[in-house]
Amino acid sequence: MSAAAISQRAGRQVVEWLPALVILVAMLAVWEGSIALFHIKQFLLPKPTTIAATFWDDRHELWPAGWYTFKEALGGFFGGSIAGILFATLVARFRIVGQALMPIAIAANAIPIIAFAPIFDAWFDPLSPHSKMAIAGVLCFFPVMVNTLRGLQSVQPRQIELMRAYAASDFEIFRRVRVPTALPYVFTALKVASVLAMIGAIVAEYFGGSFEALGVLIRNDAQTFEFPTAWAGIAVASLLGITLYLAVAITERVVVRWSPAARSSQ
Amino acid sequence: MSAANPVVSIDGVTKSFAQGNVTALSDIQLQLEAGEFVSLIGPSGCGKSTLLRVIGDLVEPTAGTVTINGKSARQARTDRDYGIVFQDAVLFDWRTVSKNIALPLEMDGWDRAKRKERVEQMLQLVELTGFGDHHPWQLSGGMQQRVSIARALAFEPALLLMDEPFGALDEMTRERLNLELLSIWQQLRSTVVFVTHSISEAVFLSTRVVVMSPRPGRIAGIVPIDLPAERTVETREAPRFFELVTEVRELLRRGGE
Repeated sequence: MSAAAISQRAGRQVVEWLPALVILVAMLAVWEGSIALFHIKQFLLPKPTTIAATFWDDRHELWPAGWYTFKEALGGFFGGSIAGILFATLVARFRIVGQALMPIAIAANAIPIIAFAPIFDAWFDPLSPHSKMAIAGVLCFFPVMVNTLRGLQSVQPRQIELMRAYAASDFEIFRRVRVPTALPYVFTALKVASVLAMIGAIVAEYFGGSFEALGVLIRNDAQTFEFPTAWAGIAVASLLGITLYLAVAITERVVVRWSPAARSSQ
Repeated sequence: MSAANPVVSIDGVTKSFAQGNVTALSDIQLQLEAGEFVSLIGPSGCGKSTLLRVIGDLVEPTAGTVTINGKSARQARTDRDYGIVFQDAVLFDWRTVSKNIALPLEMDGWDRAKRKERVEQMLQLVELTGFGDHHPWQLSGGMQQRVSIARALAFEPALLLMDEPFGALDEMTRERLNLELLSIWQQLRSTVVFVTHSISEAVFLSTRVVVMSPRPGRIAGIVPIDLPAERTVETREAPRFFELVTEVRELLRRGGE
């Protein structure tokens, strides 16, 4: 790609993002303006500028707390996703495993897992990050497992027939056909899981945890009427959540270049 | 017709499906000599696609045997003795055109340089030179099917199995690919088994047309095609072409009664 083509493409991207940016700025402006206009109390809703100032002033407290919680979310994200992918692979490979475990797994998926947070605190040390990682991990596990399995099983029968015509072994069919077919499904699930991991870690911390953790900080600040700090904490959580999501989305672009999402940008 | 050394020998092949108690094929006898282009034609449900799959060892016959170059069908498949083309191109979206063509070569353990050389030859053969780095979804249906033919021919197999390869294409693309297929076949001189719904396509391409009738699937008759070996656009307008088309149509209508 030439330099001109790159700058042209970058220009197009800016144009594509422009409407969303305008709306975002407008929303912040309306938020800022209506607080002054309607005399909204700070504990109900602080001004965006106040939140931004707090975000910066309390950075030595907020950002390490965010990092602490982000590590929990990451641990849960990787643990839960890897377990989900492995489980789905086993189920796809051995029918009997699927017949025995899938109904239970689907039923378990309907359980509000976050309700287990206090129990996980009892199983693990409530002040350690492991109980939060466990919650985030279990939350990530189900969507990744179900989607991976669907991907592995959505291979066209014709493709299997073609591979058999070339005397391919089951392992070769798995490696050359099932895995590439499943990848777009896996990445869809990983994007969902990236959001769930952050939610899991933060909400689990609301039930109690280390004072270094972001969820604990947000909860304590809200209880002591330090609302701008609580809001700034939420902003940190949001930024980290978006970062994790984008990291997965960019990896998807690189790995699954043939997916419809990647095609539309060509 | 009894050949001394048939490439494909189908001997008393019967296939019944337990479900629904259907007899798809009943006591099929057929021999193909080297370099023949044989079309299997018949109405839906006559078992022509099943017969093709029995030859390729993708479906196991209930009775009877298939021998390919003196080997069992199973052995021939394991040895990768044939290439196959389906109605849809069955290309892998994550592979480029070149890599799709190279797939059977990769599985056979060819080294990179040899693969590249052969893929280039194949692209040239199907007139897709320069499209090697494209992805399948960037090509038209007709081009995709040409990639699929190139993949099937990558080994230069002695036997090519084709299951309605042009059935999903429009008439004009189809006639153009008919001509291209003939020119490829004349260059490679492999034996072709070609399943089709189209009478004119079968007559135009083949050295013999095998007409099948349904329930149970069996051979209603075989029409040798005595058109000149060199076939062109004008072949379709020759009086003999129409006579042969009529002959096949009559056989189809009577169903071999």
